[in-house]
Parts: sequence; structure tokens; C-alpha cells
Amino acid sequence: MNDAFDLRSGETHIEVYKFRGGTILFVTILTLLAQAFLPVYIPKISILDLPLLITIYFGLSRRNPSTGLLLGCTVGCLQDLLGKTPLGFYGIAKTLIGFAASSIGGKLDTEHPAARFALTAIFFALHQGIIVLVQRLLLAHAEPWFTVRLAIAALVNAAVGVVLYFVLDRLRRS
Amino acid sequence: MVGIPSRHRSLVLLTIVVVVQVLALAVQIQHTSSEGENRSLMRSWSVGLISPFERAGAWGVDKIRGTWRHYFALSGAARENERLKQENDSLKLEISQLRGKASEADRLAKLLNFRESQTRVPMVGARVIATSPDANSAVIYLDRGQRDGIRKNMGVITADGVVGKVIDSFSDTAQVLLLTDRESGVGAMIEESRIQSPVGGMGEPLLDMKYVSNDDEVKVGEHVVTSGMDKIFPRDLPVGTIVESKQGSPPFKYVRVRPAAHLEKLEEVIVLLTTNPLVLKKDPETSGAADAQPSAATPTANAGKRSLEPAPKPTEKPR
Repeated sequence: MNDAFDLRSGETHIEVYKFRGGTILFVTILTLLAQAFLPVYIPKISILDLPLLITIYFGLSRRNPSTGLLLGCTVGCLQDLLGKTPLGFYGIAKTLIGFAASSIGGKLDTEHPAARFALTAIFFALHQGIIVLVQRLLLAHAEPWFTVRLAIAALVNAAVGVVLYFVLDRLRRS
Repeated sequence: MVGIPSRHRSLVLLTIVVVVQVLALAVQIQHTSSEGENRSLMRSWSVGLISPFERAGAWGVDKIRGTWRHYFALSGAARENERLKQENDSLKLEISQLRGKASEADRLAKLLNFRESQTRVPMVGARVIATSPDANSAVIYLDRGQRDGIRKNMGVITADGVVGKVIDSFSDTAQVLLLTDRESGVGAMIEESRIQSPVGGMGEPLLDMKYVSNDDEVKVGEHVVTSGMDKIFPRDLPVGTIVESKQGSPPFKYVRVRPAAHLEKLEEVIVLLTTNPLVLKKDPETSGAADAQPSAATPTANAGKRSLEPAPKPTEKPR
């Protein structure tokens, strides 16, 4: 597979990117560690969901739904394993987000920062919606569907995501 | 994922991955029931998922079993029905036999009591073994005869009353003419008024009290007893009860008597081996009065409490 190639031979020109060997694994572990340890020292940083951001990024970049959902599943389950949530709690949400991101990434050009910002915010909200749904259905926790904090978090994560994605773009095979 | 279109592979994979994680969550999450018991969500789901099928399966099995039992296994039901019918018939027969035995025991007990109360009266019990083969004569045959001391013209009674008289006696059999036969008759009197008149049969269940004057007052319900005038039956044995009394062709009344003994269903009888006049023994409370009038006892309203003893007067003809 080339570094970039036409996903479709039609009128829309969308590229699929590959990364250097071990990049996805390394970045995943790094973000999980950062998500685990950074809030210890900077409590407000807990508003970020770095594993979600890399799930969105790699999904949008690889544009393969199967790969995207498996990556989301892996990231989410690792997040569950490192945290106190039951296995599958974040796994389900990030599986769906990975699938959605890679599916949308195959149809839209997601390289523009504005598109990335908007998609990240939407995916963040969708991710939180799935989390709340799981909490309501499985854990019987009556979590609210929407809060101001959630909106702020969506915007913050979207902004951080745009920056993070720019950094991660450097890891693509050139 | 052979056989799945490539465009759907990711959806199938997504479904599998999500379902697996949901199941993993269900295994881990503890659900608190309304009773306060903790159980895994997986267990609750499994039970909730399986129980409808179990209920449906049980319902189906019940339906199939019911259908089998009610439609296809009818041959077995028919056989069982037949067996139950046979068993029912057998039980009915057994009940009938038991009732017969109980009835026989009652009758025998009655006769035994009568005999025990009349220890000084020579009598012998006999079983009715046959009846007259023709409808015009009321005759029965007993299983006792001359060997037991039974002779012609001896009286035959039950504990209820007069039955008839012996008209022939063989070595082991005796023939008895019932009161209801047209040729039968017994010396009788109305217990209360002491009006005497022979009572004879008419070939029907009721008896005819033949010679009661139209001037005599006879009431329905009065008891008729033997008068002893026929020299066959002792005095004051119950003959029957007057059931109809009206003016007859002059000069006699039309009087009908229902026999005291159940002549239509005799099975055991007593043959009086004497024709000596018997005196009525009073109840213990009135025994003093009875002793004062030994031979012409005053009749009592309650014939069931009477007892008989042979009178000391030796007027019986040797047989």
C-alpha cells in the first residue's frame, strides 16, 4: 500500500494514510498513560479524553471501518482496564466512535482543521451520549444527557484535537 | 468472514465487537434486585432471555402432551374407560351383595331377637327357597320340613307379623300359603275395638277384612291382630293395618288391610311349632297388669313391644 492512494476512483479524491511501524501502538499507550497520570498533577486536564482523540484521529486517517472499530475497541478496553470502570464501558463507546470516524473519514475530506474541529466535537458529544446510554441502561445511573461542562469539554477536546492531529500528522509515512 | 459482502463486513464486525463488550459488561455489572439481592446483569439477562423460550417450550410441550392425551391416546382412554366400567359394574354388584347381606343380617337379627324373646315358644326358622310358579296363587317354599317338626296348618310368621300357614310339609320342604292368596284366611280382630272378623287374601297386595258390620266404627290406621279363633295362629299376632274403610254392600263394610309382614319380599320366616294359645307379655313397667290378665291380655298400641308365651292351657291338638 502506498502512503496515500485514491480510496475511490470517482469524483471525490480521498486519501488513506499509513503510519510508521508501531506508531499506532506507541501513540495509544502514550495517550493512555498521559490520560492516567496527567490529571494527577494537572486536575483540570481530566476534561480531556486523549484516547478518544487518537481513536478519532486514526479512524479518520485510516478510513477503514473495521480497523477503526477494532482500534476504538482496543483503546476503550485498555482505558477500562486502567481505570475502575467495567471492561467494555468505554470499549463500546470508542468502538462505535472508531467505526463512525473511519466511516465518515472515507467519505469526507477531514484534513481541514475546521472539519477536524467540528467532527471531533460531534464525536465527543456522541461518545458522551453513548457513555450516558450505557450508564442508564446497564448501570441504572440516571446521568444527564447534556451539561454545560459537557459542551465545554467537547469544545476543549475539539480544540486540543486539532492541535494533536497536526502533531500526529507528522508521524505519517512520507 | 467468508460469504459476507465486503461492504457489510465492518458492520458485522462492529456488531460482534459491541455485543461482546456488552456481554462483558453484563458479566461484570452487579444488578440489585427489588429484594436487595445482588446478581450479575448477565445472569439477569440470561434468565430474562431464556425464560420466555422456556415458557414457550413448556407451553408447547403441554399442548402437545394434551393433544396426544386427548386425541391420539384415546385408545388408551377407551381401554381405561372400559376397565373402569367393568370395575364400576363389579363394585355395584359388590355393593348390592353387601347391601343384601346387610339386609339379611338385619332380618336375621330381628328374627333372632324375636326367638330369644320367645324362648318358651317352640319355633323354627326357615329360609324361603322358592315361590309359586303361577301368578294366581301366593305360595312359598321353605327349606325346612317334617324333619324339623313342621306340620300342616302350622302358622308362619316374621318378626313383623303373620305370613301365612303351612299347607303341605315334606321331609325337607314345606309349602306355605301366604295371607294374600284368595284361599287364605286368618282369624283376626281390630286391636283397638276388638271387633273380630276373618281376614283373607284377594290375590293382590291388600287383604280383605270380610265381615265387619256397617254399624261398626272402623278407622283407617287401626291395627289388626290375630284373634286365635282359627286355632292356627296364637292370639294378638300383628296381621296388618287398615288402610281403607267405607260402607260396603250391606250388611258388611268394605275394609282393606295392608299386611304387617312384607309378603312380597320374604327371605326368612319363623314357623310356629305350636298352635297353643299364647298370652301377651306386657312390658316390664306394665307386667303387673299382664299377670293379672294372663289369657285375655289387653292389647297395646305398640305391637312391636309385645312378646309371646305359650299359655298353660293344654288345648293344642297333637301333631
